[in-house]
Amino acid sequence: MTDTANPANEAMPKSQMKASWSFLRGHLREYGILFALIAIMAFFQIATGGILLMPVNLTNLILQNSYIVIMAIGMLLVIVCGHIDLSVGSVLGFIGALAAVMIVNWEVHYLLAGVICLATGALIGMAQGFWVAYFKIPSFIVTLAGMLVFKGLTLWLLAGQSVGPFPGDFQLIASGFIPDLLGGEDLNLFSLAAGVVVAVILLAMAVRSRRQQQRAGVADEPFAFFAAKNGLIFIALVYMSYLMATFRGLPNVFIVMALLIAVYSFLTSRTTIGRRIYAIGGNEKAAKLSGINSERLTFLTFANMGMLAALAGLVFAARLNTATPKAGIAFELDVIAAVFIGGASMSGGVGTVVGAVVGAFIMGVMNNGMSILGVGIDWQQVIKGLVLLAAVIFDVMNKKKG
Amino acid sequence: MGTILEMRGITKEFPGVKALDDVNLSVEQGEIHALVGENGAGKSTLMKVLSGVYPHGTYDGDIVFDGDVRQFRGIPDSERAGIIIIHQELALVPLLSIAENIFLGNERARGGVIDWRETNRRTAELLARVGLKEHPETLVDDLGLGKQQLVEIAKALSKEVRLLILDEPTSSLNETDSQKLLDLLLEFKEHGVTSILISHKLNEVSKVADTITVLRDGATVARLDCHQGVSEDEIIRDMVGRSLDDRYPPRDPKIGETVMEVRNWTVHHPLHAERKVVDDVSFHLKRGEVLGIAGLMGAGRTELAMSLFGRSYGRDISGEAWIGGRKANLSTVRRAINEGLAYATEDRKGFGLVLDDTIRRNVPLANLEAISDRTVVDPAREAAVAEEYRGRLNIKSSSIEQETVNLSGGNQQKVVLAKWLFADPDILILDEPTRGIDVGAKFEIYTVIRDLARAGKSIIVISSEMPELLGITDRLYVMNEGRFVGELPTPEASQERIMSMIIKSGGSK
Repeated sequence: MTDTANPANEAMPKSQMKASWSFLRGHLREYGILFALIAIMAFFQIATGGILLMPVNLTNLILQNSYIVIMAIGMLLVIVCGHIDLSVGSVLGFIGALAAVMIVNWEVHYLLAGVICLATGALIGMAQGFWVAYFKIPSFIVTLAGMLVFKGLTLWLLAGQSVGPFPGDFQLIASGFIPDLLGGEDLNLFSLAAGVVVAVILLAMAVRSRRQQQRAGVADEPFAFFAAKNGLIFIALVYMSYLMATFRGLPNVFIVMALLIAVYSFLTSRTTIGRRIYAIGGNEKAAKLSGINSERLTFLTFANMGMLAALAGLVFAARLNTATPKAGIAFELDVIAAVFIGGASMSGGVGTVVGAVVGAFIMGVMNNGMSILGVGIDWQQVIKGLVLLAAVIFDVMNKKKG
Repeated sequence: MGTILEMRGITKEFPGVKALDDVNLSVEQGEIHALVGENGAGKSTLMKVLSGVYPHGTYDGDIVFDGDVRQFRGIPDSERAGIIIIHQELALVPLLSIAENIFLGNERARGGVIDWRETNRRTAELLARVGLKEHPETLVDDLGLGKQQLVEIAKALSKEVRLLILDEPTSSLNETDSQKLLDLLLEFKEHGVTSILISHKLNEVSKVADTITVLRDGATVARLDCHQGVSEDEIIRDMVGRSLDDRYPPRDPKIGETVMEVRNWTVHHPLHAERKVVDDVSFHLKRGEVLGIAGLMGAGRTELAMSLFGRSYGRDISGEAWIGGRKANLSTVRRAINEGLAYATEDRKGFGLVLDDTIRRNVPLANLEAISDRTVVDPAREAAVAEEYRGRLNIKSSSIEQETVNLSGGNQQKVVLAKWLFADPDILILDEPTRGIDVGAKFEIYTVIRDLARAGKSIIVISSEMPELLGITDRLYVMNEGRFVGELPTPEASQERIMSMIIKSGGSK
């Protein structure tokens, strides 16, 4: 494949090098975060003597971080829109409690309860988004209030007790695995096949969009980078699904996460709604004067956040197999940290779904790796804090230089 | 008496623009010296050079104050020398008291602890000097604009002021408050304080000034001694006296039927509900016509345009807008766009562009539907559109992937224009479309305006540069203090006529 946009680059190796270099400088952040994740994984893989990537641990890693990832996707939209949501941890706990009370105490069918919980989450998001969008109350204040309110309501709902256990079917949300439809023995063939298929689809999509870009003459990514990046993603996906296939296969949550990542990546990068949310975060006045209904989109962004927090609440409750009054405390901080590590800007308008997900996994791998190494919870916090600070300092310096 | 200030050969360049070109200003001890000129003539720039906002080294020429050559590096330097500026936009903190504002940054304190008794005593003295009877602990927010202006002056007096500079001090004051302020200036003169008065209101200038310096296009064009009798006409001629050369593309307008009519449009200030910012304005616009709205800054032109464009400004808006013979619904920006309206803002950075985004993402922002299939954006079509407008408007950039924050002012303006051209409006309102951009880019924008009109669009141009309006429009309205005070076909208009319309209407209030 040749770069039709920069044909001169193909002819002269020297100018090609220069172009590659200037491209890398411009996109340091995108690659930087991916490299950071790989470096951190490599470090812990060696430091833990290979435990990190053992199939059972890898599966655990994904299960442990699923609810953070799910909320980070919603938080990304909120932060890109120029706001913040501090209430997600409390909402997660509240929804878990609601699910437990409905399913365990009232014996509501778990599917119906799940739907009610998601709707409740969306309503909570709307209630907060209403004040932020239409009355211009700072989101920091509104959601700080929400955080207190729902923390309190969780306590009230559970009457200070833990409620559980859930029926087996409900637990499958978080702890179930895709059954092997292909009948492999030691290896979950279906999971491996699914992983390979997804990897191939991603690769095909990347190639297609590069073709489109070239036809439009806007492809500025040197081919070497394009190949390296997508090759790496392809290999990583296939390898991960192989590893998990040797254990119990792909977890159900993994499928949910993958779907959410795909849908929201598309929403943010390719739809008019996504474009408008970025424009609102980038310059709300200009967006409004361009005919964008910033109030309604801000409102919907919060509604969406509430719904995803509710989904995370269900996953978390199913994983613990019980709803506790302490569920979700301080989760909002991990979620917000993940989004900022992933390159979003405090002032809005900047950030990607994939970045936020990678940010969440950077936090997750560090948690997991340090736990295996026996690093105390005290020092884990210190190190995570410093990593967040370093990532944002890197962002700001990088922007100033550019 | 001697010369207190002499600015010699001041030249100040911005990228692409020479804002000041060899300007000389000489102010005598104890006089009131008026500085007049059109918007953009360089008055504010000159005062920023004097006060150190543009520090020594960023301009050429000398400032001689009190007999010494001075090199101010910032406002604190010039204030220490006794040069105090009171800006058009007041620099008071509304939720602090009068006393706190007056001594802000200059607190009466002992060892870091504020001495409130001393502060209030000194404040009361200063307020007495400017004729205010308010208690020093009154919040500034509770004062009217006229009194706030007096607090600013009291604040200036609290420092050792040798030269007081007032930038358009009466622009937001009513007749009585203005009169009071001018009387105060005369009183200060008795006490030996020298002042520089920057004003558009020539009747006020001729009432109090001893000497007038006229600036035009960044150069000194006249120094008039008021004691020898100077008429307002003379000043106006000096302010605007320049010929229209071929800075404007030739035109042959083909004007059709009326496409838009606005009747009795009234808009109130969003915070001060009793203040009418646009007062009973009626006008019409024809197909293929370029209509100009002339007036000074603060006349209400931007407010008129933004209130029409989806009620983006003001409150309690009343009046009717008819487009194409039907009563138009302009209640939101979306509806205004659907009615065929577009508004390109005067504040392109604040209101026009998403600065961190690329040209490609900014151009289609007002018409994303046109590059999407059922809400899914087609990147190829988007790139093609951005590329097309980059070529058509000659937007100088490395590619459509360049972030708009890195473009020059003229090219940013072209991106804003591109956004609205792509939305394909019938009526395009351009607010100060050439502010702060160089001559070459101006010509390109004039050409775009002409070509749009030729293609049957109707265009309203709001501009503070009168030659520009005379050069590119077919018909003009003159706006002052929220009202339309005159209408005339451009061939019959002259800068003198427009200026006198503004000035006469200002005095009749």
